[in-house]
Amino acid sequence: MESLLNPQAITEILTTSLRLSVPLVFAALAGVLSERSGVFNIALEGKILAGAFGAAVGAFFMNDPYSGLVVGMLFGMLAGSILAVLGVTFGVNQIVTGIAINIFVLGITAFLSRIVFGAQANTLRLPGFKAFDFPGLSSIPIIGPVLFGQDLMVYLMFACVGLVYFFLYLTPWGLAVRAVGENPAAADSAGLSVPKLRYGCVIAAGALAALGGCYLVLAQVFLFSEHMSAGKGFIALAAVILGRWNPVGAMCACLLFGFFDALQLRLQFNYQEVPHQFFLMLPYLISILALVGLVGKPRPPSAVGRHYRREAK
Amino acid sequence: MERVYRVLFHLRSVWAIIAALAVGSILILAAGSNPIEAYYTLFQGAFFDYWGFASTLVKMCPLLLAGLAVVLPLRAGLFNIGAEGQIYIGALFATVVALYLPGVPGPLHIIMCTLAGALGGALWALIPALLKAYQGINEIIVTLLLNFVALHFVSFMVSGPMMEPGAPYPYSPEIPDTLFLPHVLPRTDAHFGVLVGVVIAIAMYAVFKRGVFGFTLATVGRNPDAARYAGMSVRRHIIVSFLIAGACAGLAGTFEVLGHRYRLFHAFSQGYGYDGIVVAFLAGLSPLFAIFSALFIGGLRSGANMMQRAMGIETTVVEAIQGLVILFVAVSLAFRYKVTEIGKAIARRGELEQALEDKTSDGKE
Amino acid sequence: MTNYKLSLENISKSFGTLKANDQVTLDVRPGTVHAVLGENGAGKSTLMNILYGLYRPDEGRILVDGQAVAIDSPRAALAAGIGMVHQHFMLVGQLTVTENIVLGMKGQGLKLDLATHVRKISELSQSFGFEIDPEAEVMKLPIGMQQRVEILKLLYHNAEVLILDEPTSVLTPNETGPFFELLERLKSAGKTIIFITHKLDEVMTIADDVTVMQDGKVMASLPKSDTDPANLARIMVGREVLFQVKRSSHASGPVVLRLADVSASNTRGLTALDQVTLEVRAGEVFGIAGVDGNGQAELAETIAGLRPVDSGRIFLSDSDITQTSISDRADKLGIAYVPEDRHRDGIVLDESVAQNMILRTYDRAPFARFGFFNPGAIRDHAERLTSAFNVRMQSVDQEIRFLSGGNQQKVILARELEGEPKVLIVAQPTKGLDVGAIEFVQQQILVQRDRGVAVLYISTELEHLLDVCDRVGVLFSGKLMDTVDSSEATPERVGLLMAGVAA
Repeated sequence: MESLLNPQAITEILTTSLRLSVPLVFAALAGVLSERSGVFNIALEGKILAGAFGAAVGAFFMNDPYSGLVVGMLFGMLAGSILAVLGVTFGVNQIVTGIAINIFVLGITAFLSRIVFGAQANTLRLPGFKAFDFPGLSSIPIIGPVLFGQDLMVYLMFACVGLVYFFLYLTPWGLAVRAVGENPAAADSAGLSVPKLRYGCVIAAGALAALGGCYLVLAQVFLFSEHMSAGKGFIALAAVILGRWNPVGAMCACLLFGFFDALQLRLQFNYQEVPHQFFLMLPYLISILALVGLVGKPRPPSAVGRHYRREAK
Repeated sequence: MERVYRVLFHLRSVWAIIAALAVGSILILAAGSNPIEAYYTLFQGAFFDYWGFASTLVKMCPLLLAGLAVVLPLRAGLFNIGAEGQIYIGALFATVVALYLPGVPGPLHIIMCTLAGALGGALWALIPALLKAYQGINEIIVTLLLNFVALHFVSFMVSGPMMEPGAPYPYSPEIPDTLFLPHVLPRTDAHFGVLVGVVIAIAMYAVFKRGVFGFTLATVGRNPDAARYAGMSVRRHIIVSFLIAGACAGLAGTFEVLGHRYRLFHAFSQGYGYDGIVVAFLAGLSPLFAIFSALFIGGLRSGANMMQRAMGIETTVVEAIQGLVILFVAVSLAFRYKVTEIGKAIARRGELEQALEDKTSDGKE
Repeated sequence: MTNYKLSLENISKSFGTLKANDQVTLDVRPGTVHAVLGENGAGKSTLMNILYGLYRPDEGRILVDGQAVAIDSPRAALAAGIGMVHQHFMLVGQLTVTENIVLGMKGQGLKLDLATHVRKISELSQSFGFEIDPEAEVMKLPIGMQQRVEILKLLYHNAEVLILDEPTSVLTPNETGPFFELLERLKSAGKTIIFITHKLDEVMTIADDVTVMQDGKVMASLPKSDTDPANLARIMVGREVLFQVKRSSHASGPVVLRLADVSASNTRGLTALDQVTLEVRAGEVFGIAGVDGNGQAELAETIAGLRPVDSGRIFLSDSDITQTSISDRADKLGIAYVPEDRHRDGIVLDESVAQNMILRTYDRAPFARFGFFNPGAIRDHAERLTSAFNVRMQSVDQEIRFLSGGNQQKVILARELEGEPKVLIVAQPTKGLDVGAIEFVQQQILVQRDRGVAVLYISTELEHLLDVCDRVGVLFSGKLMDTVDSSEATPERVGLLMAGVAA
């Protein structure tokens, strides 16, 4: 166990944990935002992937990571718009729409990446965000490098958590969103537009989840590969549950899940006899236990997944 | 005129497919090939070529069974997106019985493996069913989360306790060849499992159409209070529908092992469970039409390989087209009887009836 | 010229061929409580939904302080100073009182200043004696308090005219008094209140003026001081109400249904039935009177087996059936039950008339054999019953949602009476039905009585009860107050019991 417990190793594991959590946090924020407005967002997976592809396309053509960020978010918003149009306007079942988006994005990005990047798809080295040190702070033992030696997107992530929190709990629009997610009929009678609020949240969620994909491309691997989201959207959904539909809670859940992931990678590398798969299962198991009420009982927004149609004429 | 509209409406999955293929032809053009030739190769290969059709049937089997695992609970208004996990656990149970119960005569052993697989899937589905029935916990979330638990658990089993010694990749030893499922098309891979799937689909159709269980299940879905008043147990229906659904998905996993791969692989399913949702909705939630939608999606997959071999078009184009099909099917679900003039008239009639009702109950909103 | 706070002029609204409101004119004086009285289906709610901007009138106009205003949405209504409290509250249970009240308010700026709102709402609440904690989570408040939140919300949004739709229907009798005091305080603060109700006694207690509606028309509009309950009742139903039993008394047989000290809880877990003991004899109609929500629904559900008892026992001809299942009570014991809420319990709207006809007997021969249905038998059965009960529909394969309320009720009656039951429980069977359908339902009840069935007839409409019952028991706060022979049951006597005053 000595290779796990020295300060060097702890710093490494924590750093890896944080870096593995970043895409999850972005996606989980998207999940929180959209589910708080009453739209179940199983399409997070597809939105991450759309964001990753957009980031690669933007960075590839403009040769600069900021363009990647912009294009990635646009692609995510596009995917979000599909969910909004079908799920909010037409009342198509949100689960079906979400799964359709996931499969569609998976197929179309796989196909387009061959066309855009051609044979060099897997050997690309796209421009990205590099880690930098805050002078002084980053030399704090153990946590210094973890918190103050990261790249720009990590700090963007923390900013987004604060922003979503501020929005949901401290602004009139956030109040409106929460009302719409719990009791759309009451919100409607208070003069709020249920579809407009849901559109806003779902499309913004598209951009947020896409940032998770952007991070994969622009800060981790610097290329696009098929299905590189690899189930992160679903882990993020679990984090939304464990975090009780609260942005800060969801972030903590993601950090925990990221830690499990870092630990299992380390174990896989150093201690092959320990079954690392159990660490992969943990996020899902903990979330189920949370739902059952063993880890505090979370309660989903009442109207999540339900289409709202006004009854009066 | 209304009848024409109704017929057009009921064929909406067909329109969705046609629209998807039309958009897909643009993708094929973008890839530098002739779409008509590509589609011809694809469908010729998938349905009119002996070997190709066999390969379509192989792919159809898990798609159909997973589709049925979605269709049945939805009749009661329950969403099973856990077919993926049920497939894994079903396959695991079947493989365990296949590998660790030697000395049982072949045919009996096959039946035992099959039952074990169905049982595994059913047990895995029982978890969300119990949580839903007794705790009211959202079954969508639980089934989804359990998929990943099952995936990683099977991955653990085949890379640990059940791993073939010296294998380069996580998989189990091969099952005895006495357990290989008989083939329905001689000299091909097309195995018996697809017939089982079709029989189950037809049986399910009959039960939905005329069966008492089909009626009570639908009643529970449509009005649980009235179901209770009629003496139907809502809980029992939740549990039974999930057990049967899980068994269907478990069979999908079982037949993948017994009929196609002959061993348990890490991550072998690759989304059949989610594709089952697509099959179900493409079929308009009819078990009978699920046979055709599974055949179509299976054909798309096997035809894609043909197309790649014959014309050098990447199979990813078929993934994209499949995505389009699903997206357009989702779009088609948006069409109710209200888009055309006739549809509007029909909708108005409904509104009128509603208003009449409002009048008699004094219009409580 | 005019000093009315609010005037409705010649409002008409049709749904298809039905005139829900027909040239309705209504003038409301400022600072008064104006009752709009009428039976179910008289058009009260339609009129208020027009005033509140949910429906558009076909013709007519609305004047506030003498000025014509266009009200095309609830928001526009509120801007004109008109607010409405629905029977079903429009509150988000998971939010606090303050959050509910400020929801949807314009001009909030970027950051929500909840602290200021909390303070202002607290002041407003105190000034009217609402006794509401502005930071409480709404779903944790009792229903009566939630109603106050609704009213507080309207006041905070500067509503001058408050429309209250059957506000007492959700209140317990002991909440009603304080509620009326609250209305008095609002009135003295200059607010105008439109009070929709079908209860005469409430009109006499709280109203200054009263408008009586029937069949979408205004029958009379007059100050309360110019009228009395009997007069109002006559106008409301459009005929002289004879509080008199119209049938000869009837020889009843042995006790069939007996409840001994039965207590049960409602869905919120509160005691709804409190040690109820009663006996119903063969060939007798036993009426249960009472203000809605005093345990009637729970009583019916407990006997039918849908709701477990907390204590006490239920006997059918001396055998204890307290633990018998719902379907056994219906099938084997012959307890027929016509539930109060048709759409929730009695029928499945998405299924056909024929399927609804076998809702409680679906698994029996000849309808089902070996787990499969026999459509021919089901169809014949439905056709026989629908013609016997004269159900108007296109075919038995039609979805039952397209039938009128009266015809839906006939389907339920036909189904429940088919098996020649021993006990018939009917809960509010005339609710929302037109006069013809009501008569039909009442006749069927009498036919069953003459057949020797023990009938338990629950209704909040006293006249309907007195028309057919042999004895009437009155439920108040879950207790059976007293049982009176219908020959001795005067409205005054039963009314006192309904108000909880023991004889």
